[in-house]
Amino acid sequence: MNASDLVGILPLVILAVGSLLVLFAAAFTRSLPGSFLLTLASLVGSIAASVALGARGPFTAYGILSFDGFVWFGFVLILGGTLFAAVSSWAVLRRRAGEGGDFFFLLLLSALGACVLAASTAFASFFLGLELMSVSLYGLIGWRRESGLGTEAAIKYLVIAGASSAFLLFGMGLFYAATGTMDLARMAAAGAGQGLIAPVGLGMILVGVGFKLAVVPFHLWTPDIYDGAPAPVTGYIATVSKGAMVVVLARAFAPAMVGTGGVSGLMGDGAGTVSSAFPWVFAVIAALSMFGGNILALRERNVKRMLAYSSIAHLGYVLVAFLAGQADALRAIAFYLVVYFATTLGAFAVIAELSGPEEDADDLDSYRGLAARRPWLAAALTAMLLSLGGLPLTAGFVGKFVILRAGLGAQLWTLAVILAVNGTISIFYYLKVVSAMFRGYVGHGAAAHSPVGAAATGSGALAGARARVPLLAAAALAVLTLIVVILGVFPSPLLSFIGTLTTSGF
Amino acid sequence: MAVSGGAWVLSLFIFVPLAAGLVSWALGRSNGGFSRWLTLAANLFNLCLAAVLWLGAAGTVTLPGLTPSAAGSQWMAELSWPWIPGLGIGFSLGLDGLSLTMLALTGLLGAMAVLSGWTGIRERVPFFHMNLGLVLAGINGVFLATDLFLFVFFWELMLIPMYFLIDLWGHENRHKAAVKFFLFTQIGGLLMLVAVIALVVLHAMASGTWTFALKDLMGTVVSPVVGMLLMLGFFAAFAVKLPAFPLHTWLPDAHTEAPTAGSVILAGLLLKTGGYGLIRFAVPLFPQASRAFAPVAIALAVAGIVYGGVMAFSQKDMKRVVAYTSVSHLGFVLLGLYAFTAQAVSGAVLQMVSHGISTGALFMLVGTLQDRIHTRELDRMGGLWAQVPRMGAAALVLSMALVGLPGLVNFVSEFLVLVGTWPVSPVATVLAGLGLVVATIYALRLFQSAFHGAPREKWTLTDLDPRETGTLFLAIALLVFFGLYPLPILHMVQQSVSGVLALVSAGGSV
Repeated sequence: MNASDLVGILPLVILAVGSLLVLFAAAFTRSLPGSFLLTLASLVGSIAASVALGARGPFTAYGILSFDGFVWFGFVLILGGTLFAAVSSWAVLRRRAGEGGDFFFLLLLSALGACVLAASTAFASFFLGLELMSVSLYGLIGWRRESGLGTEAAIKYLVIAGASSAFLLFGMGLFYAATGTMDLARMAAAGAGQGLIAPVGLGMILVGVGFKLAVVPFHLWTPDIYDGAPAPVTGYIATVSKGAMVVVLARAFAPAMVGTGGVSGLMGDGAGTVSSAFPWVFAVIAALSMFGGNILALRERNVKRMLAYSSIAHLGYVLVAFLAGQADALRAIAFYLVVYFATTLGAFAVIAELSGPEEDADDLDSYRGLAARRPWLAAALTAMLLSLGGLPLTAGFVGKFVILRAGLGAQLWTLAVILAVNGTISIFYYLKVVSAMFRGYVGHGAAAHSPVGAAATGSGALAGARARVPLLAAAALAVLTLIVVILGVFPSPLLSFIGTLTTSGF
Repeated sequence: MAVSGGAWVLSLFIFVPLAAGLVSWALGRSNGGFSRWLTLAANLFNLCLAAVLWLGAAGTVTLPGLTPSAAGSQWMAELSWPWIPGLGIGFSLGLDGLSLTMLALTGLLGAMAVLSGWTGIRERVPFFHMNLGLVLAGINGVFLATDLFLFVFFWELMLIPMYFLIDLWGHENRHKAAVKFFLFTQIGGLLMLVAVIALVVLHAMASGTWTFALKDLMGTVVSPVVGMLLMLGFFAAFAVKLPAFPLHTWLPDAHTEAPTAGSVILAGLLLKTGGYGLIRFAVPLFPQASRAFAPVAIALAVAGIVYGGVMAFSQKDMKRVVAYTSVSHLGFVLLGLYAFTAQAVSGAVLQMVSHGISTGALFMLVGTLQDRIHTRELDRMGGLWAQVPRMGAAALVLSMALVGLPGLVNFVSEFLVLVGTWPVSPVATVLAGLGLVVATIYALRLFQSAFHGAPREKWTLTDLDPRETGTLFLAIALLVFFGLYPLPILHMVQQSVSGVLALVSAGGSV
């Protein structure tokens, strides 16, 4: 260990120290605002360090972590997502009695795990990051101890995550036994001429990864856990924990894919071996996830569960770009992750705002007439849902376009058409929620109507809008909505920025 | 032929309704006076803008006859702002005679839509006008875009506000109708998106540059099979919107359940985006595939003409009758386009205009009637003429427009289509002519059962008020004027038409 390495992993150090400080603050002062501010400070500090280090060029630390433009980008995404989740959680937690801020300790720890995971290049760091992230999540999911659903969700997540970790570890063991390497980058290229053990190990690793990504057929845990966890935590699981996995997956497979023409390239390498089937496995998983997630969401009347299913489909979309496997594909993945993070976090932030201290607003009926009661929240949620559906003027449209472009660039015709069909299916249920919000709404109340008055977001001027969105949470939601709209209209700066990252990174 | 004042004027067609919609939502009050006037003003502004451009163009363009000529500088004005340069996407608009005609139509029917919802829409008035503004901005964008990404962007932009217009302000079965409308058009739109990107990818592989610009993509060489597949992707989107025969089933529901203003926009403008898309994109991008596909398209068109007519005859709901007549009349557009003769294509374009005005007015008329008697059942009407002479007179003229009576522009367009189709396919012409016979039956039935005969129920109605009278009779005046003197429109679109035809026939010589 030398000083240069320590500086290189400064964002991780800040997170680790920050989480310990939060733990002490929570233990000794039981002050929710104090812990919250410490959390914000460490997240902002860590983001700033990541941005500063981004200019430093690629380097490797301790042989198991490596950093390049794409990873720093992932860091900012993960930490930014955590930041928004923290703000949204704070708005929920302050409505509950007896909260001392230990929630934020787990949140920071989980973010640390996600960052380690994103930067990992070896099995050791991969597993370490994954477990750090998951174990913290057990606590976060079951945070509402008084809620049966919450506890059930936490236990379920514990069992599923445990099982998937077991798969992962066993797969890593087999892989090591066959190839003698613990290097993630070799994972994708392995297969040819190594018998059956390496591909089986690789397959088991993919099962573990699949559970984390919640793609079909490893998705069964998703709805219950999304439903049982508090809304901000759900948003966090849907974005950060999956996003970190996507980043590491993209990095592990990128060297094997870039320049080879994606699926066909991989198939050419290992033709005749078991691992030549992996692109096909990914393609089937992508198709199943898109169809499965969207079709299951169609009949759902519980909004959180609906978003859970929809997130399955969205990971399917990401996999289409992943399969395309060119530099374009990495850009598409990076861009789509930003879009997906902003929209999903925004949607769950709105749900969190509408929720009571004990129960979440998850039934479709509780959204009826929302446009009249809380117009700005309804407008924000509308933007998020339309973006998830991929409609123009929102980031989702550009995101879907970029993925289709990557997919068609690699001539994945079938998957592209499946994606298009699924885009249509998904809009059906997003619109159900949007319609519900605007229905039963008979215009602005005669006395109360004044969007200017309501501009102070939930100023309580409207009848029925008793609750008041805390200023910080309102600001966070406004930022997310702006991101979604601006990326939908002017995606160019972000796209070109991502372009500079991925060409240097790979 | 640059338009004085700079090409940025083109963007006003999009931004003015957009801004009017957003402002009327943000600042409008529940009584809605502000929203109504603002949206109306925006549409009238667009109409005036189109008129000014029209006069400018007519002064410089002299195009006698309908002979195909080389497609020189197709555009009267072009606008190109960088948007997403990294992906080869620009905010590119182009104005030619075809788009100008369509823009003028949009201004006219947009104003008509606002007026037809003037008293009928009482709930969520500012939000209603925001949706109206957005959908009109999308439509104008479709008529102007010369970048394929931008085109798809506007194409999709039309959907959500239209969905809201049907779903929130429609009649009894509005939810089902809105969802059906949305799913049909969305799947078509996404298939087109796939085709667009595929075309761009193929172009990039061949030339090494990423571009979504129409003029660059037009020369892309693709194998016949791929060309056909891509063309079908475009055709899917446009055929759903038009609607072509087997894909029309969303239309009767959507038109019937939409509020009057929504029906006016749907029938008058949204359907035209389908025809416009075929002329502007599907045929010029894939001339050979389009020629190969023409027999199928003509067959679909004839089937739509006859089927729509027969269905219109058998409906009991007044709005459904009008909706099915749209299926029939838009069949003429499809027929004319794929006949690929100068007369037929010009006739098809003219049919888009005449159908837009006449059916928009007809939907407005049915709306005024429904506002008064709260039913659309033809069986419950009858003998209304005695009470509402002005409404009756308007209905008579508009029914005759459905028939295609000489003296109205509908006659000119249908006649041109039939004349132009005869050399290509006499059989199709005869069968389509059959559609005109059916039209006589359903149009007369529509008029008779509502306004003639003995009253079946006791209604007390007031006749059209000045707002309704003015709007309807303006539409009628336009139908008569262009019926007697269609040359301004034909001249205006002549160059665009001959440009498309030149591409198609050039494709044959290769």
